[in-house]
This record gives sequence, structure tokens and C-alpha cells, in this order.
Amino acid sequence: MLELKLAFKNLYGSGLRTWLNVTVLSIAFVIILFYNGMLDGWNMQAQRDTIDWEIGSGQLWHPGYDPYDPYTFADAHSSIPPEISTLIERGDAASILLTQATAYPGGRMLNTLIKGIDPNQKILKIPSELLTADNSDPDYIPAIIGRRFSQSARLKEGDRVLVRWRDSNGTFDAREVTIVSVFQTNVPTADLNQIYIPLERLREMTSMYNEATLVVLSQGAVAPQQYGGWSYRDNDYLLKDLKDIMTAKKGGSTVISGLLLAIALLAIFDTQVLSIFRRQKEIGTYIALGMTRKKVVGLFTIEGTTHSLLAILLGMIWGVPFLLLLQKTGIPMPASADQAGIAIADKITPYYGAGMILTSVILVVLSSLVVSYIPTRRISRMRPTDALRGKIV
Amino acid sequence: MENPIIVTLEKVTKRFPAGKTQFTALNKIELTFRKGEFSGLVGPSGSGKTTLLNIIGSLDCPSEGVATVLGKNISSLSHKESAELRNYGIGFIFQTYNLLPVYNVYDNVEFALLLQKLSGSQRKKAVMDALEWVGLADRAKSKPSTLSGGECQRVAIARAMVKKPALVLADEPSANLDSQNSHMIVQTMKRLNKELNTTFIFSTHDEKVMQYLDRIIYLKDGMVERDERKSEG
Repeated sequence: MLELKLAFKNLYGSGLRTWLNVTVLSIAFVIILFYNGMLDGWNMQAQRDTIDWEIGSGQLWHPGYDPYDPYTFADAHSSIPPEISTLIERGDAASILLTQATAYPGGRMLNTLIKGIDPNQKILKIPSELLTADNSDPDYIPAIIGRRFSQSARLKEGDRVLVRWRDSNGTFDAREVTIVSVFQTNVPTADLNQIYIPLERLREMTSMYNEATLVVLSQGAVAPQQYGGWSYRDNDYLLKDLKDIMTAKKGGSTVISGLLLAIALLAIFDTQVLSIFRRQKEIGTYIALGMTRKKVVGLFTIEGTTHSLLAILLGMIWGVPFLLLLQKTGIPMPASADQAGIAIADKITPYYGAGMILTSVILVVLSSLVVSYIPTRRISRMRPTDALRGKIV
Repeated sequence: MENPIIVTLEKVTKRFPAGKTQFTALNKIELTFRKGEFSGLVGPSGSGKTTLLNIIGSLDCPSEGVATVLGKNISSLSHKESAELRNYGIGFIFQTYNLLPVYNVYDNVEFALLLQKLSGSQRKKAVMDALEWVGLADRAKSKPSTLSGGECQRVAIARAMVKKPALVLADEPSANLDSQNSHMIVQTMKRLNKELNTTFIFSTHDEKVMQYLDRIIYLKDGMVERDERKSEG
């Protein structure tokens, strides 16, 4: 307590030098919070959007289905087991049938994935209700696509595009689909090169009657872990790639945060070294007045560490309004971020969790404690008589 | 009845390394100091005055011999024990005052008590009493940088005296002061010596200081050359 009181007095007495260090460290502290808050916000938004648009609250997969191996798609379909059908009938699940296809927009050839989806499903945010056909033409196939695919294929609402696929017997067939809507999603994996058409229509086109590739579960649906060979995949499994990407991005941000912190800590280290050099007489006086060397080391260490406490206080004064403003307005993302392959909203809303804030505070305080302590070890080797004369070099 | 002995130096020798050889700063010093003495170590530069004060103040240890201060053998004390001895038993007054520049006068004087874990009210009373003794109660809020040299040294005296130590060591306390201030601060110390029966040991070569001393120990080349006591009255 005495050391803390003395440290505050000494820091206050040091004036501008203290405030420069504190300001630099407070900037580093707030930027660390900003970076981590942005990544956490992005992570949460990406997970939420991926759940809403693509994976629901877990999925049941056909045993042959492997999303990373397109060669499996041709055979990854079968009738839905009765227990799973019960879930679908209750509205707790929605089945999706996948078929590889080729689209020919404007005479170009594009590999695509046709997804058959129930127009009445409410589990995913895909606007499947727009697929409700109100056209008497039996060859009319309504389709919806995402904005990214719309841009890359140069397709817009009302356009007709020829698609070719193979049915369950391996026979090629082709028809034109009509783009009835282009939807906007933050989830590229629910958009790029994908054409959504009514499930029953796709089943009919591929002769895969009552079949599906996967079933998306709604929130709260209790799915059998394994039924008829179909495997349950929970969100931890389905979001693993996303989490891995975010972890990698966090690694990058840790490097940046570390560099910022290192610059701020270097200033404290420098100040400590200078203090011990310039304040030798003071150190000698402390010892003469009855302080142990250990206490003097403690005093100087706490004095250096107090920079971080002041920096956190200062950071809260200017940083909290700044960070809250960013949380309110969101952080606009550039258009190019759209192609990153990971769900990114137009604006990322930072999330400042208590754990992240506490971790950042502990990181700043502990690291400043270490850099404050290292130069003070010299005090414990000082002879008080030399210190009093300011003779140590 | 004579006052008790509080400092005993028995064949105290201090050597410092000087290149490949050793420099003998003190050579078999034999001295005792009694409670309430107002004595001084006098001699030219390099005679060993400050070295002797440092040993008595437990800031340094003798290379040979035994220094016993307030019943403690200086050589056998741990860092913590010698800090405790200085904290409770010894006050220091330095040539360059050594006031802590970021603290005001009150804080500088209070510092000596902060280490003693006294209550706030006890500290405040003791600090104000000490500032009254040296006539600086009205400058309690001033920073050392705004004080004259004489005032700074009076603050240093208050800091040394505030904990009412048995022994005060003053290393050339008048060296940076003019004649008037030199007289004033020595008179202040002399008064405190009489009122509180505190033992003062000076190192000095200032004639103005010497005239107030009851005992003058002349040092030369690290040895006691003469030990003179003024006769009473």
C-alpha cells in the first residue's frame, strides 16, 4: 500500500514523462480491445449468419456425403429414414438435395451446385418462399441465387439460364431455370456458385424421388445421433472451419497487438532504466531512511506498473466512448472483403466481452510489471553508500 | 552518572579495492559514543569521516573489527535488520539534503514515519511537531525546489528527527550553506540534542560547526589522531 501511494506520488511528480508513457500505453490498450472486440464481433456474427443461412442447429448427413469431396455428391442421396421424416413433418427439420450441375450464363460455362430446398421451410433464412411456382408452364423452374453468384455469373432477376445435370441414372439432362430473386447473404458458402430451386422439382429432374442429401435441423430439434447410416453433425463440427479461420485471424491480431504493446512497454522500460540511473541518490536516501533494498525494488516496480493502471484508467476515459460508438455504428467492411470466403457483414459490430476485457487488462498489467521489474533488479546489487553519492554507472 | 554507550567501534578497519591493491579508508578505529553526545568527526578529505559515519549508520560494514550500534553488531545484520535499525534508531542528515523532489515538505518529513506503520493522526502530529522544531510549519506544503538551502537542510533535520531516533548522523551538514544558515542549523540541532537527548555525530571540517561540538575527533589517514572533549561550562 505504501509502495502504491509512493508510486502514485512519484509518477504525479514526474509530470509530462509519466503522461507520455501512460498515453502511449492507453492507446495500445484501447487498440488491443478494439482489435479483439472486432474479431470477437466478427466471429459471433459469422457464426450466427452461418447458422441462420446454412447449417441451422445441426445437420443429418447422408452417409456418403462429404462437403469437401464433390465426387461424393453424385451418390450422396437416398430416401430419408422415417425417424428423420418425422422431424421434417413436424417442421423441426428441412431436407436439402444436392446435385452438381453446369450453368451456361451468357454462353459461358460455370460449375454450379443445384440445391433443392423446400419452399415452405422456415429454418434457414434462404428466401425459399420465393420458389413457390405460380406459373402454369410445366417447364418453368424458379430459381434463386445469391448476390455473389449473381455478380460472377452476371445473372439478374428475370434472367433465364440453361443448366445441365445428370439424373440418378447418370443421364445428362438440361433445362432453363428462371432467376426469380437474387438474395443478399453474408455467408459466401451459401451463395457462391449455388442455385436454389424447389426440392420437389429437383427430385423430379434427377429422379431422386423422396430423397435428400442432408437434413437441416431447427433450434431445439432433438435428432437421433445416427439413424439409417445418416450421421448427426452438431454445430461445433459444422462451424469448425469458421472457428479455425477466426483462430488464425486472432493469431495475426495477436502479433499486431503484441507489437503495439511492445512499443508502449519499451517506453516504460526506457523510463525505468533512466529513473534508476538518475535517481540513485533517491534510492540511497530511501535505504538510509530505513527501506530495505527489496522494498525499493518493489517501489520502482510498482511505480513502473502503475503506468499501466493509469493507462487503463485513461484508456477507459477516452476508449470507452470510442469503442461504444464503434459498437453502435459498426465497422464498415470494404467490398473486397466479400470475397474472403468467410461470412462478413457489410458492417461488423464489435463485441467487447468481459473475459476479453479482463484478459487484456491482465496482459497489460502483467507485461508492464515484468518490464518494470527487470531494470530494478540492479537496485538490489547497489551499495547504498555509492547510491547516496550517485556514483553508480 | 554517565549516559550509556550507544556506539562502540573496536578496531574497525575498512578497505576498498583500488585497482589491484586495496585502499585503507579506516585503520583500527577505537571509539565509543554515549547517549546525548554532540560530537564531530573532523579531518581533511579522504580522512575517513564519511566512511566511519556510513559504518555507524549501517550503510556499510567494516572489513575488520566490530561496530556495535544501539546494541547491534553491524556486520552480523541482514539487509532487513539493518534497514530496521536505520528506520527506528538512526536519522541521517546529508550535505546535499537528499530531499525527495516530488514530495512537499510535509511528505518528505512524513516519509520516515510511513515505514514505521504509525496511524495517520500519529504521523500528522509528529510531522507538525518536527516542522515546529525547525521553524518550517508554515512551509509544509512547499516543494523542496522552492526552498532555500538553509530551509532544505532544516527539512532534512526535521526528517531525521521526526522519528525521535537515538542517533543522528550528519555528513557535512553545513557544507552547502552560507555562514548564517550554518549557524542556524547547528543551533537547531544543538537545541534538539539538549531537548530530546539525541546523540549527534557530525562529519565536518567547518569551523562554525566545530565551535558547537562537545567532542571533536580528529581523523587523519583513517586513524584517530586526537579525541578532544570540551570541558563543561
